[in-house]
Amino acid sequence: MSKIIELRNVNKWFDKFQALKDVNLEVNQQEKIVICGPSGSGKSTLIRCINRLEEHQEGHIVVDGNEISENTKDIEKIRAEVGMVFQQFNLFPHLSILDNCTLAPIWVKKLPKKQAEEIAMQNLKRVQIDDQALKFPGQLSGGQQQRAALARALCMEPKIMLFDEPTSALDPEMIKEVLDAMVDLAKAGMTMIVVTHEMGFAKEVADNMIFMDEGRIVEKAKTKDFFNNPKSDRTKLFLSQIL
Amino acid sequence: MIQIFKPNRGNLNTSLSIGLPLIALGFVDFFGSTFLSTNITGFLPNTLSYFFPLIAGSLGLYFIRIEYSGIRILDNFNKNVNSTTFNSVLTLLIIFILFKYTPPLLNWLVFDADFTGSAKEDCTSGGACWVFVKVWFKRFMYGMYPNPEQWRINTAFFILFVLVGAAFFVPAKYKKFIILFMLFIYPIIGIKLISGGIFGLKWIETGAWGGLSLTLIVSAFALILCFPIGMFLALGRRSELPVIKYSSIGFIEIWRGVPLITVLFMSAVMFPMFLPDGTYMDKLMRVIIAITLFEAAYMAEVIRGGLQALPRGQYDASKSLGMGYWRMHLLVILPQALKLVIPGIANTFLALVKDTPLIFVVGLLELAGMIGLAKTNPKWLGMAIEGYVFAGLVFWVICYAMSRYSQRLEKRLSTER
Amino acid sequence: MNLKNFKIDFKNKKRLIPQVLTIFFIIFVFAYFSYNAQINMGNRGISFGYGFLSQEASFDITFSMIDYDGSYSYGRAFLVGLLNTLLVSIIGIILCTILGVTIGIGRLSQNYLIAKAAEWYVEIFRNIPLLLQIFFWYYGALRLLPLPENAINFNDMSFLTIKGWYVPKFLWTNFSLFFSSFIASLVAIFYVFKYAKKQREEIGKHVPAGLISLSIIIILPALTFLLGGVTLQFQYPELNQLSDTVYNFKGGVSIIPELISLALALSMYTATFVAENVRAGIEGVGKGQKEAAASIGLTRGQILKLVVMPQALRIIIPPTTNQYLNLTKNSSLAAAIAYPDIVLVFAGTALMQTGRAIEIISITMGTYLFLSLTISVLMNSYNKKMAIKEK
Repeated sequence: MSKIIELRNVNKWFDKFQALKDVNLEVNQQEKIVICGPSGSGKSTLIRCINRLEEHQEGHIVVDGNEISENTKDIEKIRAEVGMVFQQFNLFPHLSILDNCTLAPIWVKKLPKKQAEEIAMQNLKRVQIDDQALKFPGQLSGGQQQRAALARALCMEPKIMLFDEPTSALDPEMIKEVLDAMVDLAKAGMTMIVVTHEMGFAKEVADNMIFMDEGRIVEKAKTKDFFNNPKSDRTKLFLSQIL
Repeated sequence: MIQIFKPNRGNLNTSLSIGLPLIALGFVDFFGSTFLSTNITGFLPNTLSYFFPLIAGSLGLYFIRIEYSGIRILDNFNKNVNSTTFNSVLTLLIIFILFKYTPPLLNWLVFDADFTGSAKEDCTSGGACWVFVKVWFKRFMYGMYPNPEQWRINTAFFILFVLVGAAFFVPAKYKKFIILFMLFIYPIIGIKLISGGIFGLKWIETGAWGGLSLTLIVSAFALILCFPIGMFLALGRRSELPVIKYSSIGFIEIWRGVPLITVLFMSAVMFPMFLPDGTYMDKLMRVIIAITLFEAAYMAEVIRGGLQALPRGQYDASKSLGMGYWRMHLLVILPQALKLVIPGIANTFLALVKDTPLIFVVGLLELAGMIGLAKTNPKWLGMAIEGYVFAGLVFWVICYAMSRYSQRLEKRLSTER
Repeated sequence: MNLKNFKIDFKNKKRLIPQVLTIFFIIFVFAYFSYNAQINMGNRGISFGYGFLSQEASFDITFSMIDYDGSYSYGRAFLVGLLNTLLVSIIGIILCTILGVTIGIGRLSQNYLIAKAAEWYVEIFRNIPLLLQIFFWYYGALRLLPLPENAINFNDMSFLTIKGWYVPKFLWTNFSLFFSSFIASLVAIFYVFKYAKKQREEIGKHVPAGLISLSIIIILPALTFLLGGVTLQFQYPELNQLSDTVYNFKGGVSIIPELISLALALSMYTATFVAENVRAGIEGVGKGQKEAAASIGLTRGQILKLVVMPQALRIIIPPTTNQYLNLTKNSSLAAAIAYPDIVLVFAGTALMQTGRAIEIISITMGTYLFLSLTISVLMNSYNKKMAIKEK
């Protein structure tokens, strides 16, 4: 399978604080990667650089053959192919769930409304909230909202999906429904990069695991090796604390 | 956008060589015409020459607006100050206004101003005639209140100040007593002290009261009195008894829907019609009643906000403990709700202080009114600007201090929860 | 206010008594006032009634938008005052909106200079009483303007002097045609947007509706000049010597300094509140919203139009409408500098002449009340329609 994301020698600073140090990463099509690590380690910053929500100062990031640069036209093209699910859902409260999902297909891909709505209903059905389509985000539970956010991202038919701690803001009963939706997505062949603490999910779905600490990728390994035989001491410490 | 010439990294040198000189030119022209009185663009028509620095500067900034040139200083500048044409023009405009008008303003206010003397003739320089303010100062502060008796006003305010301070620093047990004292007993003491007529104090009719002290007296009274009325109105509006609810709503909406000036006119002209023939109610009292009722309506809405913001659980818990309506409100609801809306109350008080200058339309000469009187005095004609600048400064200092304090209060109270 | 629930429970004594007492209290107060009022009016030889409105006013008004002189009725004088109030209020509202939005956005700017300047503007003009600001403009700044013979000259078309701002008078022929073309373009624009929406929804084609609308509103009225026989001439104000030392301007329209100071002060004061509302509105849209919108590929303009502004406007509009109302009420301060608004003309001069305090003040207060309540009702229905639905 070919490379679809490539990070080479990426460094990023927030003012004086260096958030990413010499990050190198290759992601293949249909690969699932889970990034874990202590807070402040740069996990979120890393994936936010991939869709240019954060800017990297040094290094190269190439997504599906397009290098991320200051050129805005390129950035918007990349964002149309990379979907993201946020910790705080960030659904648009003034639009119904259906409108949330059809907004970008209508205005970015310039699809007719009917076609956009068909795609939206398909994706909503996929995450099992098609019956809530006409409701507003404020009327849904946390788990429903996050699944709606997932459907919204999928409506742009992205090649890559990024997840920034998707279940951290949810009550325990709702975590499962969101993880189930993500597992379905993984089985369907989507390229996924997930920042999460849900190790059960990681073991089930991830091809490769990445452990980050203080802005560096400390260890990258196949899932089985990562959990059974972590090489670095820091990785071992981290795993012992969360498992 | 029609791209005639877009500065970018490619034509870096060309862009900079056009842009930087333009900026320099604008700067030199501006500097010259403002500080050195030389006009290098005098050959241009009047308006063009005046605004030349702005035009040259904006054009120059357009040319150096290069995305990611690689020069760190330039990129920082472009990102923060020069990000769009709108931004750059606005920045230049602000600098333009600041430098062109601040020096003359400062000159007039301070450097060329006259501070010493006792008559208009002593104001010889072209600057502000602060002698005017100095001579009239006592009038501005106390109105027509006779000079030898002014210590009474000072004393009354001093007592109030002490009481307010005590209310803050005294242990909680005594706070309630201090507040009750302030609300019910102090007003009587204050009024008697200032108007006199007892204990050998000379009687001074309210028409002689004036100046800043009158502003503060009216504000203080209106605030103290409008508070309980506002509270009852707020409770009334939330009542389940229809008659009380709708009369409260009616009362509140009527007072909130009309301007204060009409209310003051009403107090001066219409109110006497409603009193039995021959009774005379002191004008100041009528005005204070009018302002009190007016502000009570706004205060009621502020307090209602607090009552609504309290979680229903508080009402439920009190009721389940067997408390009746009044006990529940006095012991549980109001203490919490009032604490929630202290910033809102401070805002209302601020608005009240800003509204008091209006009482001059019914003939009561508080600070603005006194200045109006002073400036028409034949010995002091033409001092309008100094007078109003002075009044503006006084009010601004008071209101700014109050608004800062209430902002700090709000921050402190919101982090407490 | 839901009068359906206005049921008085006659059985429950404890709840009945306070209400009955309240009703008695209100009736008592009204009766007491009316009784005294009748006696007082009788003593002055006036009987209560609104008939005086058709009497001759016999006083002049310095500025009026419609024809008026002393021979017109009090009712007409009221109308003049009302129009003047509305005039200064509308001008004030437009100016304060433009100024307020600019300053509000400026406060959020990354440019330190702009942000600080905006912050200081708000702090300065919010904390000085409006009355003082009016005084300052009227007795201070505008008094520094030159006499007519040395007027500040704008290309010989308009002149700024201490007696007022003289601008050209618009002399139209066929104005109604021009006006109808304007209305027609508005209607056309409405249909353009409708068509654009249909195209977008059915086939996904994005028609540049904004650009088309702009061209329509410029071209259509312009056509009436070329083809419709609409002409516009200007009557320029001209310097006119009345005597050895007194000059004046003849012709054109004079905008009196009272109006200028009132409008300026009202706008600059109210703009501070509008600016704070705008700032709260834009800040109130969480950062996450912009990020989510960006992550699905919307352009900056689209994010602003489809995600940020709808949410920001919901926060901004209700308190801003309240400020517009305050501005209208504050226009009553016109009485302090003799701008002939409703209060000065009606509750001032007319009241002094007729002595009919109750009738006049009730009409004046009633007018303001009517304005306030109308805006309130409109605002409430807007809020209900726009409210973001929650559980």
